[in-house]
Amino acid sequence: MKRFSSILIAASAVISFPAAAQTVAITGGKVVVGDGGGPIENGTVILRNGRVIAAGSNVTIPANARRIDASGKWVTPGIFAGFSRVGLVEVGAVAQTNDTRSSGSPFSAALDVQYAVNPFASPMAVNRAAGVTRAVVSPSTSKSIFGGYGAIVDLGQDERPITKARAFQFVELGETGHSRAGGSRAAAHILFRALLNEARTYARNPAAFDSDLLKASDAKALLPVINGSTRLLVHVESANDILKVLELRKDFPALKMVLVGVNEGWRVANHIAAAGTPVLASALSDLPYGFEDLAATQSNIGRMKKAGVKVGIGMINDRDAHQLRYSVQYAGNLVALNKVPRASGLTWGEAFAAITSQPAEIMGMGAQLGSLKPGRRGDVVVWTGDPLELSTQVDRVFIDGVEQSLSNRQQRLRDRYRNPTPGALPKAYDF
Amino acid sequence: MKSGALLAVVAAGTLVAGCAATAAEKETASASDNAVSDDRGSGKGAFPSTYQAYPSAPTAITGVTIYDGEGSRIDNGTVFMSGGKIESVSGPDTPIPADITVVDGTGKYVTPGIIDVHSHLGDYPTPSVPAHSDGNEATSPVTPNVWAEHSVWPQDPGFSRAMANGGITSLQILPGSANLFGGRSVTLKNVPARTVQKMKFPGAPYGMKMACGENPKRVYGGRNRLPSTRMGSLALNRQTWINALDYRKKRNGAKPPKRNLGMETLVGVLDGEILVHNHCYRADELNQIIDMSKEFGYKVTAFHHAIESYKIADILAEEGICSAIWADWWGFKMEAYDAIPENAALLQQAGACVIIHSDDENQIQRLNQEAAKAQADGQAMGIEISDAQAIKWITYNPAKAMGIEGMTGSLKPGKMADVVLWNGNPLSVYSRPEKVWVDGALLFDANDPKRRPVSDFELGQPGEGDVK
Repeated sequence: MKRFSSILIAASAVISFPAAAQTVAITGGKVVVGDGGGPIENGTVILRNGRVIAAGSNVTIPANARRIDASGKWVTPGIFAGFSRVGLVEVGAVAQTNDTRSSGSPFSAALDVQYAVNPFASPMAVNRAAGVTRAVVSPSTSKSIFGGYGAIVDLGQDERPITKARAFQFVELGETGHSRAGGSRAAAHILFRALLNEARTYARNPAAFDSDLLKASDAKALLPVINGSTRLLVHVESANDILKVLELRKDFPALKMVLVGVNEGWRVANHIAAAGTPVLASALSDLPYGFEDLAATQSNIGRMKKAGVKVGIGMINDRDAHQLRYSVQYAGNLVALNKVPRASGLTWGEAFAAITSQPAEIMGMGAQLGSLKPGRRGDVVVWTGDPLELSTQVDRVFIDGVEQSLSNRQQRLRDRYRNPTPGALPKAYDF
Repeated sequence: MKSGALLAVVAAGTLVAGCAATAAEKETASASDNAVSDDRGSGKGAFPSTYQAYPSAPTAITGVTIYDGEGSRIDNGTVFMSGGKIESVSGPDTPIPADITVVDGTGKYVTPGIIDVHSHLGDYPTPSVPAHSDGNEATSPVTPNVWAEHSVWPQDPGFSRAMANGGITSLQILPGSANLFGGRSVTLKNVPARTVQKMKFPGAPYGMKMACGENPKRVYGGRNRLPSTRMGSLALNRQTWINALDYRKKRNGAKPPKRNLGMETLVGVLDGEILVHNHCYRADELNQIIDMSKEFGYKVTAFHHAIESYKIADILAEEGICSAIWADWWGFKMEAYDAIPENAALLQQAGACVIIHSDDENQIQRLNQEAAKAQADGQAMGIEISDAQAIKWITYNPAKAMGIEGMTGSLKPGKMADVVLWNGNPLSVYSRPEKVWVDGALLFDANDPKRRPVSDFELGQPGEGDVK
């Protein structure tokens, strides 16, 4: 494995185009489809032309297939990080490598992360090696409540990370929205409405557009939000803020909203469910980080799910540029809640779906990503055991049917310092 | 960990204490004709602990898997606690006295209470509003005069989460890392109380927080003040120690100087009474700090956040200095860029002392899981670490670094009955604390909705008393 990895990383240095056409049969493992069900014993997964051809039991293996024995292992769809900033940051505190916010820019909604996502950033390789294959990548906000366009990306080692550009627009309408808008929720809501109305004015006559509030580029960027052709990811935490956001559709009926964060969602879960608004929720928030989070509990997702809310796990503002690999641990913790009296957790299948098919479906990509149903992109991870358990390691990762290198800086450093004492030459010669 | 590590701490302490003995004699000689040099005048014993154990019932946990905190495992064992102390820890044949509470631990696990050597609960409490920001006295890079306990808000809801979800029974609250000398730490029993004195761990030594690297130079360099560089930090550190040595000399002389709170803390370190907890990331800087400690004759007890400890694991083992680390944090700043998840395992392999810490109000709720990840990453590279050893990283080792290992941190007869009953193997993601005892008092029970702390802040708020 290690030798194979070094070959791949050497190849990746010159930006290769690995073949996806190869047919791969992963056999004998516990197969998890990712649609909410549990593992299927002794299953087979077939990949061809970058797609899943079949997954489950009683699968015929094509004669030309490269066979990979996964006996004793688990085979699942790759982890789909429901909310992240991966690829936008190399080192958090090094401003030049941090593209999450644009404090000095005159633009807001028109900012587009597709130009910033760096497929060669270390967090891509580190999280890929931990089984994360796709992610929602969102900008942060700076001077406006709107942060700009986010994207769906893959974490593959090639130079094309964007799965879907302009997949959504991002807006802050909780405590952060309060500050961005000028110091109150009233300001945030009137700003939201005014900006969208300005965008409508722009649409009627772009050439004549002249607004004190909004640049033409930002107005243009808001149009697909108003007509519902682009999703609007709304960061909101408190029960009251959630209710006020759900009411926005009275004025803008076509908005296709997804709520993000949602720490107090359980208190108004029936309203969220009735509105049919899906949620990318923080999994383990359980403290009053701010006054918008007073009722935060780890049972939030379980309770929302029981109330009929469509919910996936997102990691907003929670090490969301570097630690997408926490997704499996977070999902495992939600399963743990089932053994805690009065708590609400998820079944194993639901928890795994919350980091695979659910976020994919919520982002409108369910037909392509997030599960091993036939026709989905070939994002597959082979694990040494239960993927949600802490002792489990990643054995192999495929993205779009291409086996990926699992090598990264952290592994190279580990191997260099396996024995910390230098040999005949300094450590610098050990590479 | 090598047992030699502990010896090294003791030996260094003895050496320094040796110098101090002469000093103490001098002080006694001058005490008669100088009223301010009595015990009160030295500040010792100020803000005393008023902690008292809550009532407990003699309790036996039977048929349970035990990780004793010192690296041993007992299957189908019995833990017997009485009078707030561990009475015995033994196998299945242990006779159970009549008329005591018996908890059936079949299929469950017992560990000592989990200990976090690095927490800011209370001095950076939630809600995290500016009015609550009490962890960094960032007005001067040298503030050994401040005491963390004077910032701790006992109503921080984080204490209850740490107990209920993390099984935390003892923790060290540190000042932040803006300053080279951040101030004194305080060690607490994780019990709800009206005053911080009621939480103070009786008999625990003080710690002193130091910080190297990016934070002090960023905070003060940004104001065009010393230090703006790492060499500036070392210069100011060394000058401060020179001043402290001078103060100690004068204090022990015929005419003791006026009391100086900062100098009292620094002299406490030089005398081996106050333990140094040094925030430091990079391997080269860890080594600088070690040399500085040798220059001035004090001992670093633990390097905190030591991201690059693995690069000098052999040196840290030899020096007997613990590394208090995260399992896998990385990349948030330059000095955290070379983090690897095998840090703990490589240190363990080299015979160095490993502590998994949180520095975080969320991860303090799952130090058991962080230890499990660090264990697994070691095993993946061929370093076998037993479950019992991984538990030692979050029990006995932090207790040792906090100087309380004689009282808690392992399940040994006579020690405080700080005990967690887990509903499964604590190294599994699927397990949670079921019961938590502090000095034998049952302070959390997942099966009893009323046996969980709810802070004043949460009373009358949405979610009051929820499972969290």
